[in-house]
Amino acid sequence: MSLHVIMFSLLAILAIATGVLLVTRRNPVSAAVSLILHFFALSGLYLTLNAQFLAAVQILVYAGAIMVLVVFVIMLLNLGKEQNMRENFNPRTAITIAMSAALIMQLVLTFTGNPTGKNQLSAASEKIGSPAEIGNILYSTYIFPFEAISLLLLVAVVGSIILAKRTVDK
Amino acid sequence: MVQDLLFTAPFTFLSVMAIIAMVLDALIVNSSRITFIFSAITLLFSGILGISTFGLHGIGFNGMVTGGGFAAYFDILFSIGGLLTILTSRQYLQRENIEHDEFYSLVLFAVAGMMLIAHSNHLLILFIGIEVMSVSFYILSGYMRNNAKSVESSLKYFLLGAFATGFLVYGIALIYGSTGSMDYNQIALNINNNALNFPALLPVGVALIVIGLSFKAAAFPFHQWAPDVYQGAPTIVTAFMSTAGKAAAFAAFIPIVTVLMPSAPVKLQMIFAVMSAATMLIGNISALAQTNIKRMLAFSSVAHAGYIMMGLVSGSQYGYSGIVFYLTAYMFMQIGSFIIVAILERNGEKYLELSDYAGLSKRHPVLAAFMTIFMFSLAGIPPFAGFFGKYFLFTAAIDAGFLWLTLVGVLSSIISVYFYIGLIVKMYFTEPEGQREDNEVGMSGLSLIITIAGVIVLGILPSGILSIASNLFNSTH
Amino acid sequence: MPQNIPLEYYLALSAIMFVIGAAGVVTRRNAIIIFMCIEMMLNAVNLTLVSFSSYLGDASGQMFVFFVMAVAAAEAAVGLAIVLSLFRSSQTVYVDEVNLMKW
Repeated sequence: MSLHVIMFSLLAILAIATGVLLVTRRNPVSAAVSLILHFFALSGLYLTLNAQFLAAVQILVYAGAIMVLVVFVIMLLNLGKEQNMRENFNPRTAITIAMSAALIMQLVLTFTGNPTGKNQLSAASEKIGSPAEIGNILYSTYIFPFEAISLLLLVAVVGSIILAKRTVDK
Repeated sequence: MVQDLLFTAPFTFLSVMAIIAMVLDALIVNSSRITFIFSAITLLFSGILGISTFGLHGIGFNGMVTGGGFAAYFDILFSIGGLLTILTSRQYLQRENIEHDEFYSLVLFAVAGMMLIAHSNHLLILFIGIEVMSVSFYILSGYMRNNAKSVESSLKYFLLGAFATGFLVYGIALIYGSTGSMDYNQIALNINNNALNFPALLPVGVALIVIGLSFKAAAFPFHQWAPDVYQGAPTIVTAFMSTAGKAAAFAAFIPIVTVLMPSAPVKLQMIFAVMSAATMLIGNISALAQTNIKRMLAFSSVAHAGYIMMGLVSGSQYGYSGIVFYLTAYMFMQIGSFIIVAILERNGEKYLELSDYAGLSKRHPVLAAFMTIFMFSLAGIPPFAGFFGKYFLFTAAIDAGFLWLTLVGVLSSIISVYFYIGLIVKMYFTEPEGQREDNEVGMSGLSLIITIAGVIVLGILPSGILSIASNLFNSTH
Repeated sequence: MPQNIPLEYYLALSAIMFVIGAAGVVTRRNAIIIFMCIEMMLNAVNLTLVSFSSYLGDASGQMFVFFVMAVAAAEAAVGLAIVLSLFRSSQTVYVDEVNLMKW
């Protein structure tokens, strides 16, 4: 067994386990912590795919910025455990779980063969994942979307201040 | 580079001006009047820029965006929608006591996002455009922070919208994986040449992207958010979201469907036909039972998404130009009726029930007459714009061999007549109850006149816009 | 055990994660947890994009992931602000307790 296979199996198991924990934990803080672990597992998976720069950004943006914000809001609102989640086990939940299970079965069946015929990372992948190459492409071919996304960030900053501010002094 | 900038001129201009509007608001004390005028003029100019770039044709920024023609037409349409919203909003915001200048900048940003959607020639631009528009909408619909309904509508919109974004992105990822590209032209080329990496993934990707976009267009079965969000959001925001937002969703749909249709033409047509029929019926039947006018118009807006989808079913140039025509007509009639609702509404959600419209003809004969025209047009009664819009879409569906869909369309139009005419009957043939304060019309009057002119002109002389619309699809698009 | 991981394994893994996230969105009541489940769905998509990008040797998949991350950050800011203002107006973050209007 190569290192690639071992790493993939461990990280995949970790990713799925933390994902399930996120969906089932009643306490929002434990859910948030499992999501953070999930992000670390994903970052490891990116490394197995030769996407080094993305792996670093994944930790910085998701675990470092977004999840800190989420945990901060949970603390701020002082949320307790979600009450009566079990009593809330209605037909909708049952249908969801049944459908998810069916879908996952279907996926596993579909992918047990090798329909795509791709067994190996492309030779170019090592180059693509490097910060230098990503910077090159981002500031040449992708310059227009790069500028456009700044609009979105501006909207988000202004909007969240408007929504979250308690009073507006005129 | 200059050429690239020219292609996106309305978008670039609008986004720069939106940022300046935000700075103005920070620098000047009591700036609301200035920001208001500034934003209105900005939208006017971006519309003019849209007209002047209309003749261009090509692809810019390394194949990311298209310019001229189709994109420019939608630039103009979105600018008109934004302008009508802003003209109406000042008075409404003052009355609701929520006039913060960010409102105008947010409307400008939302319009910029819609323009990105119309310009997109790359799945990434489409995605960014949809997000800029949606995030602005989430904020705008929760703009009345102290009103629980507004916050609730914002939360529902946000959660379901972000959920739908997940499906949209997954669809994009699978289409990218199976065709090996995100560029529309390249995707179309690879599909037509059957040069696919993973043919099995393409239909899944197509299905997911259709789900994501139908959510934005509020089509069955992804329409459940629409009534709640449209009812809870501030009335002018609803007017804006339900028209310009829907137009943007279809501006995304048309190029995507053009590109992806060859992968499974019969199945895709059938899917759109079933969605269209169900959307029309459910929208109109649910609207029958409503007592709140905003909710009624919200369901009617769902139904209209169904009519517009008939154009996608046909998948032809004729159907697409029918969509463009209908979106234009719909922009005027829907915003027009919401402007009247906004004028009559009073602080604290008063006068939003259908019963509050009893005897409107005696108190406000002009408003009642205008409302009557909008309702006739929405119901598709000649000689107003809505009639020709429906006519073009219905004939497009028949040409494509979907006679049953047209029959469902006619049937649901007949159902819709019941509640549209019901409102007119209420306004003209029942007595008003009690006294109430007078309603000033102000700047909303200007946008009312624009919308009514649009509805009547498009109804009497539909051929002009229709020939422009069908020329949009003559060339590569 | 194979010596290399075929692309399908990555695709199946991300599909499973996407389904788990979607199931969470449908079953949970806490708006913040629903939001976290949506983040997980977006991450599953990111994994699909990165694996396509690496196996096909094409950079646009990885580029797209950057933009998805930026969008996720923007949505996080706005979403949490909405949750805060919801908590302020109705003292709850449970979506089934928010029903002034008919769903």
